[in-house]
Amino acid sequence: MAADGIFDEMYGWNDQVQAPYAKIAEWLKNTPPELFASKLEQAELLFQKIGITFNVYGSTAGTERLIPFDIVPRILSASEWQKLQAGLFQRVRALQMFLHDIYHNQDIIKAGIIPASHILRNEMYRPEMRDLDLPGSIYVQIAGIDVVRVSEGEFYVLEDNLRTPSGVSYMLEDRAVMMRLFPKLFQENRVAPVDHYPAELLRQLRSVAPERAAGSPTVAVLTPGPYNSAYFEHAFLAEEMGVELVEGQDLFVRDDAVWMRTTQGPRRVDVIYRRLDDDCLDPLAFNPDCLLGVPGLLSVYRNGGVSLANAVGTGVADDKSTYPYVPDIIKFYLGEEPIIGNVPTYRCSRSDDRAYVLEHIHELVVKETQGSGGYGMLVGPKATKEEHEKFRQLILSDPDGYIAQPTLALSTCPTFVEEGVAPRHVDLRPFVLTGRDGMALVPGGLTRVALTKGSLVVNSSQGGGTKDTWVLED
Amino acid sequence: MLSRTAENLYWMGRYVERAENMARILDVSQRLAVQGRSTAQAEWSAVLAILYAEQLYTDTHGEVTEDGVTEFLTLDQSNPSSIWSCIRAARENARALRATISVEMWESLNTTWLAIRDMTEADLHAKSLREFCEWVKERSHLFRGVAHGTMLHDDSFAFTRLGTFLERADNTARLLDTKYQMLAYGGESDTGATYYEWGSVLRSVGAFRAYHQMYHDVITPERVAELLVLRPEMPRSLRFCFDKVTENLALLAEGRSLECERLSGEFGARLRYGRMERILGDGLHEFLKEVLDRTAEVSVQISRDFLMIV
Repeated sequence: MAADGIFDEMYGWNDQVQAPYAKIAEWLKNTPPELFASKLEQAELLFQKIGITFNVYGSTAGTERLIPFDIVPRILSASEWQKLQAGLFQRVRALQMFLHDIYHNQDIIKAGIIPASHILRNEMYRPEMRDLDLPGSIYVQIAGIDVVRVSEGEFYVLEDNLRTPSGVSYMLEDRAVMMRLFPKLFQENRVAPVDHYPAELLRQLRSVAPERAAGSPTVAVLTPGPYNSAYFEHAFLAEEMGVELVEGQDLFVRDDAVWMRTTQGPRRVDVIYRRLDDDCLDPLAFNPDCLLGVPGLLSVYRNGGVSLANAVGTGVADDKSTYPYVPDIIKFYLGEEPIIGNVPTYRCSRSDDRAYVLEHIHELVVKETQGSGGYGMLVGPKATKEEHEKFRQLILSDPDGYIAQPTLALSTCPTFVEEGVAPRHVDLRPFVLTGRDGMALVPGGLTRVALTKGSLVVNSSQGGGTKDTWVLED
Repeated sequence: MLSRTAENLYWMGRYVERAENMARILDVSQRLAVQGRSTAQAEWSAVLAILYAEQLYTDTHGEVTEDGVTEFLTLDQSNPSSIWSCIRAARENARALRATISVEMWESLNTTWLAIRDMTEADLHAKSLREFCEWVKERSHLFRGVAHGTMLHDDSFAFTRLGTFLERADNTARLLDTKYQMLAYGGESDTGATYYEWGSVLRSVGAFRAYHQMYHDVITPERVAELLVLRPEMPRSLRFCFDKVTENLALLAEGRSLECERLSGEFGARLRYGRMERILGDGLHEFLKEVLDRTAEVSVQISRDFLMIV
């Protein structure tokens, strides 16, 4: 049962079961709610046992809780996926070229597409990366692109995550748990597998190793440590790839190389999949107060002694203030129209956009250009007058710091909640991998669902849940 | 292997073993307290003495009582050696090892932790202390079994085993030391009392039946000491523990000559070729104190040789 004016991925606009959901609709109809409840309980036990927990920022240290998991899968057809894949590849390819350009010739600035000040004065722009040539000119080995849907064929990119996107472990574990709970569903539906993601990731990481190490490069995953909210994922990926999970203290720099401290003495590292922000990578080059990184790492990186994935300085391309330019970026580098568009975006730095935003703030979603995780965000229609006023003042005091978008009627998916199976809003984060041999996209992704009725905020830090995402094979 | 990983494995092994040993100490003390040759209070004070924890106990609990000491050793979150704290520490180390240990190992430790995390004293009383101690021992057995059956028998297994056996050597020495002083020098010799009291000590280390299989004779303190110090077949004896430590260090050294292996082998040789009459003649207490020093020395040297490499 879809709500008025909102596209439901199972029921469409008016209670017509959509083709990809045919078998699941049947299954939902024939399964008693008690069974769902008991399966959900089983799923939660499984998750707790394997320890997929999530440290919540701001709560007492070490608090762990599960991200709610929903047992109704979210389904995409093969043709929908093909279109998405083409659009995502196009977008990521253009963003790689953009990053290479702004750290080299800056043609896009010379062409007047983006003002120089916008890029050069962006805090995420790293002058340290100027004229540095990376293996294969690849900046973003792992991209997580947030996509939303508003109708049958209409997808938009909501956000690019090009620094250290997380969530892929949920894609893999949600699938594993679903297959354990409902093996029959996988016999009835031809669901494309996703479990080769770690193997694919390792292949791409190895492909960008420095030439010196070609053949058998040593890869490591660099984590901020067990208290990071995504630590589980870091450990999970290292384990699945069969590489070391290291913290900054496990690495050191000597003779223009990066080494791991091992029980057999130092061992050289060639590729670091770092899940640490730029700022924390090297206290000698960046924030001297952050001790999670490796002193001297940047100088080895600059001399080509080690590869980092993702590269330093990619934040300038996924910054919310750069986002409105991405369609132009695609046209500029590829000469193509974007296959998946942007959500229309008002830049508060432009006076006519700003005037519009200030006047229509109650209809818009206002976001900080530097914010993430659903913090520092105003959902106009849900907010109070005081909150509207507060954001007006914030925008006026720092226009560059904010953008605004219309509240999209995000699609919904059937979701098991207290009142039974009911529609809830979802988004999707697929993970695009890039290496020297090209791009790869595992058919699936992280579907986040806003469990509160009517809510559009899907972030796990704000009470969102996850679903297994199925891409059907033809 | 990463040095930090080795350290986590080593401490994971130590903490699980320590939790088990706490359960064993509690178990034997409770058995002896109810048999009552010494006063129950002396028994519980001796427990604190084994652990060098008198001061910490007095500061937090005051007078020595059965309930107080039991609480102190089981669920007390402020005592770093309580069973609760040991399991927590083992699980925290395991958490940092998610990419190294098997899924089964993590699950078994995490399940243990989830079971004890919110346990209250009321839960403990509802269960009876002995049942609780049994449960802790079972979880520790399970941990070792799962490690043995699911981990690669490589360096990571060796570091886990090192932690297990060093901790066990330390514990056997402490347990024997206190009980020997209390029982052997504690009063008139009385065959019946000796049987029950030393029988309790043997039971607490799971060696009651082993004793009879090996000696076919009445229980004497000297033979109990021999069993727990010198016998190579007895898995909780000092000899056994040091053999295992040396063996695992030799595996890890891979041909390098490391000081920790030499130290462990040197003391192991004394256990291998030592005679019980001589040890008892020179004073068991002095000997066991030396065991504790040697164990600590080997432990420090392991850190130097494997964990603090530039």
